[in-house]
Amino acid sequence: MSGYEARFRVWRGDEQGGGLRDFTVEVNEGEVVLDIVHRLQATQAPDLAVRWNCKAGKCGSCSAEINGRPRLMCMTRMSVFDRAETVTITPLRAFPVIRDLVTDVSFNYEKARGIPAFVPPAELAPGEYRMFQEDVDRSQEFRKCIECFLCQDTCHVVRDHEENKRAFAGPRFLMRVAELDMHPLDAAERSGLDRKRTAQEEHGLGYCNITKCCTEVCPEGIRITDNALIPLKERAVDRKYDPLVWLGSKIRRRPS
Amino acid sequence: MRAPGRAAITVAHLRTDRWWLAPAGTAAGLLAFVVYSTWRAFANADYYASPYVSPFYSPCLAHNCQSMRGGPNADLFGSWWGISPAIIILVFPLGFRLTCYYYRKAYYRGFWASPPACAVAEPHRKYSGETRFPLILQNLHRYFFYAALLVAGVLTYDTALTFRDAHHAWGHMGLGTLVFLANIALIWAYTLSCHSCRHIVGGHLKHFSRHPVRYRAWRLVGRLNARHMQLAWASLLGVALADLYVFLLASGVFDDPRFF
Amino acid sequence: MPVVDRQEWDVVVVGAGGAGLRAAIEARERGARTAVICKSLFGKAHTVMAEGGIAAAMANANEHDTWQTHFRDTLRGGKFLNQWRMAELHAQEAPQRVWELETWGALFDRTKDGRISQRNFGGHEYPRLAHVGDRTGLELIRTLQQRIVALQQEDHARTGDHECELKIFQECTVTRVLKDGSRVSGVFAYDRETGRFFVLRAPAVVLATGGIGKSFKVTSNSWEYTGDGHALALLAGAPLLNMEFVQFHPTGMVWPPSVKGILVTESVRGDGGVLRNSEGRRFMFDYVPDVFKEKYAESEQEADGWYDDPEHHRRPPELLPRDEVARAINAEVKAGRGSPHGGVFLDVSTRMPAEVIRRRLPSMYHQFKELADVDITAEPMEVGPTCHYVMGGIAVDSETAAARGVPGLYAAGEVAGGMHGSNRLGGNSLSDLLVFGRRAGWHAAEYARSLARERPRVDDEQIGAASAEALRPFALGAEGGVAGATGTAGAAEAAGAVEAAGGGAENPYTLHQELQQTMNDLVGIIRRAGEMEQALSRLAKLRERAGRVGVEGHRQFNPGWHLALDLRNMLLVSECVARAARERTESRGGHTREDFPAMEREWRNVNLLCALADPAVGRIRLTRETTPPIRPDLLDLFDKEELAKYLTDEELEGGLSR
Repeated sequence: MSGYEARFRVWRGDEQGGGLRDFTVEVNEGEVVLDIVHRLQATQAPDLAVRWNCKAGKCGSCSAEINGRPRLMCMTRMSVFDRAETVTITPLRAFPVIRDLVTDVSFNYEKARGIPAFVPPAELAPGEYRMFQEDVDRSQEFRKCIECFLCQDTCHVVRDHEENKRAFAGPRFLMRVAELDMHPLDAAERSGLDRKRTAQEEHGLGYCNITKCCTEVCPEGIRITDNALIPLKERAVDRKYDPLVWLGSKIRRRPS
Repeated sequence: MRAPGRAAITVAHLRTDRWWLAPAGTAAGLLAFVVYSTWRAFANADYYASPYVSPFYSPCLAHNCQSMRGGPNADLFGSWWGISPAIIILVFPLGFRLTCYYYRKAYYRGFWASPPACAVAEPHRKYSGETRFPLILQNLHRYFFYAALLVAGVLTYDTALTFRDAHHAWGHMGLGTLVFLANIALIWAYTLSCHSCRHIVGGHLKHFSRHPVRYRAWRLVGRLNARHMQLAWASLLGVALADLYVFLLASGVFDDPRFF
Repeated sequence: MPVVDRQEWDVVVVGAGGAGLRAAIEARERGARTAVICKSLFGKAHTVMAEGGIAAAMANANEHDTWQTHFRDTLRGGKFLNQWRMAELHAQEAPQRVWELETWGALFDRTKDGRISQRNFGGHEYPRLAHVGDRTGLELIRTLQQRIVALQQEDHARTGDHECELKIFQECTVTRVLKDGSRVSGVFAYDRETGRFFVLRAPAVVLATGGIGKSFKVTSNSWEYTGDGHALALLAGAPLLNMEFVQFHPTGMVWPPSVKGILVTESVRGDGGVLRNSEGRRFMFDYVPDVFKEKYAESEQEADGWYDDPEHHRRPPELLPRDEVARAINAEVKAGRGSPHGGVFLDVSTRMPAEVIRRRLPSMYHQFKELADVDITAEPMEVGPTCHYVMGGIAVDSETAAARGVPGLYAAGEVAGGMHGSNRLGGNSLSDLLVFGRRAGWHAAEYARSLARERPRVDDEQIGAASAEALRPFALGAEGGVAGATGTAGAAEAAGAVEAAGGGAENPYTLHQELQQTMNDLVGIIRRAGEMEQALSRLAKLRERAGRVGVEGHRQFNPGWHLALDLRNMLLVSECVARAARERTESRGGHTREDFPAMEREWRNVNLLCALADPAVGRIRLTRETTPPIRPDLLDLFDKEELAKYLTDEELEGGLSR
């Protein structure tokens, strides 16, 4: 297979406005979309802004929307497109744009701060921890997350409703709550923090209507919905909608 | 999508694939079932062809039930219940499926367009998800799961009854027996693959290592759970076919081919 | 005088990889108000690329493992050129550093009895690498990142402000370390997003910027690895140590171009993968050096027996040390027996059933399938050497990580030199980050506290000079337009022609490509005096042209501008590598001279230091220094026969305590 000239439409602009610009650019065998963006930079648009880093699908920097689908540019091979097809690249549409393909993802960092950290068990010193593989498996799956924020971008709760950003942590950070709640050593509960309850009351778990787009776009193949969000919803049910638990808490509650 | 600060793109989506196919297919499939099951549930007829009882009418709990010898009827509701007895019991499987995590995805996408597909803008101005009434009731899925277990138990009993002949003698089998066996297998697989079930058998634990039996159960349910969507459709189709089979027998379209 | 935003901090950490974050955590925990500046988003540092694990003698997998064994392995790996006190501290403190990660929430793979699992790796006597599948680096970064967030949450609970004690300035680049006399007084930086300049005033600066791989064409390193910290230290007056030692990993992907250089993990060979040339020959049998002859198999049959029965077979030659394999691949390609895309074939498809490959090498299967559309269960991979790691770096004090000659300047991680000697063992980089990141943060905080009353002042003139330097490319871009910016293949020539004609600005992308080509071809894996001379003269020309780099557009997130500024650093560092490589007339670890193929004992205790001769011109001055003798009790850990291969007779006589 030899090189060919491909047609691209790349969104250029900033928060003031912008639009899709047409480019014709050389594509060679084996290239990915990020290579093409780099070729545009080197030859036609030296100031085309793009965020990238490892170029091997491990850091989660080069998130964008390619033909309308949230993807990593470094993991989208050109061979998946028809040669005659025009490939459209836009920045993530759920976040404010900074310039061209670069968006302001600070929403995610704010949400990360909102999740109370891991609480180590006070009675054990470093080196004394014992955990078994079957106990860490679940949280390890969630820790594969490369924080590309594609799930946050695709989630309609915030993508289509800016006003929900305040109340909703997004799949990535609800998964973080699940990760900590399933962490075999997390002592949050003993310190008075009920992650199951806060997932719903503070991080907006109820906004999730489990339509699974987060799982669909995850480049790491993490089963976010089935393994993190739904189990978390079930754990919230344990706390809040289980009549026996509710009755128990009513009975045991005494003035102190 | 068009909130201030975001990239100025006016179209609802830029997808070039046939993204509408999946939600349209889902909606069509669900709609077909709803139409069929509504007709059958309210028909109040042709639901018993000894030894087969339609899963829509089992257990049959009103006075106006057709009598089924040794079958799943018990006159709990008495004679005041005037409409189809199917309605009494269908509430439970219906509630189970309506609050099922898979079906929720299916109808939120297919009927509500919330969202229609990933990265395709939804048409609603406001969205509060499952945070308030009525959708907050989705949290009751677990209790419908318990009810669904009971119903599945009754349907298992019904399936056992299919090993009789039309005169209630045991040790026989017909084509209907196979239909019922397939149906009950799918019903159980679907019911046990439920996310609530996965949580109850072990998912709520923090330390699997201390509960090896429940860990194994959780893993088993987890494997089924990965196929929850497929099982949801297969069992839906199965239950409709089982009912249709009984209907065809009861209305005399054909006779049950007997094996022995 | 340009108006730039100024802030006051106690410690500024440049770089947010493993070392930088560990330093920041330590400094903040010791009471210093700490700022971290990083070029990428928080949590995206190159550390995420590390796969294998963290080497630490925790003795979980083999109870005989001790810090002494780890120390010994590290010195052997580095061919005894290591700064031995660093290697000692590293081996002693690594277990504690791994365990504290667990306290912060890390989840390593487990042993059957619930402890941290440890895996085998090249050069380590015992299974020693704590790991999480093949994503250990990600776990490390995420854990440190979450620890920082936890500290910020504590601050928020106390003060209502997350960032009052510990702040991350993400997507910002430091271009100068500012000084007050000989002492550090802060950093000058720009925000990549807005292009705005700012100054962080601080008595202590920790450099943790990683490596230099982006000066080479084929590299496993990301765009950030432009040698920023190395250059900042040089420009601030601190010397670089042993920059000639650059590790080339033997197996990087060579095709397709988009993934050229990306690592193919060593486990592929460990699990049975073999190297073949275009004639189908397992050429590694031809490259077993004499010193290894007894330990490696001589026939394919014998080699193949090793995987199942290592007791009665010798190891296959594919498992020779990294430098040997890299050199062999290089030689095959040069002899015209390479694969179509300039590598050799690494084949597992004929060695194992497809399903075994998918189970044992999931990430490699995935990597080739996704990136190259190659099914490694059905066809061989094409691989070749790729620039992976620089052992050389800022000369530091072993205990405090303080850079030499510049009070207030600290360095940790890949940017610091000495720890790994001439060659780094796999797994030792992550432990290095943690051990010396912590030490740098600790001593930087102490130092800052000692200066609480008389903090160094920031000099306005330096700020003016730094901002003028940073803005230069715009002035040139506006005047001349970017030559070659619209061309494609002929951009380099076009730019050269414009330059010859005496006008026009240089395109930073073109210059970068030329630099990478120069370093790859002339100061690459095999080095010759003549080629290095040539490299130095090309580098001089490139430096001159870099003075005329121009960029288009404005300062907001302008990648052309960013690259133009990074070029200065890459050129400085490249010159250091080339000069030091020309000077060291022996072959040792990551430095191979075709004209001096032997390792010389006389060179073992020689450090080559690069310093800036004339800051105005940016010329490098090279000096030699003799390293202090290894402490006798540490030498006692080795056999005398082994030591005799490395140490001179005089050193041996005087050195041993026995």
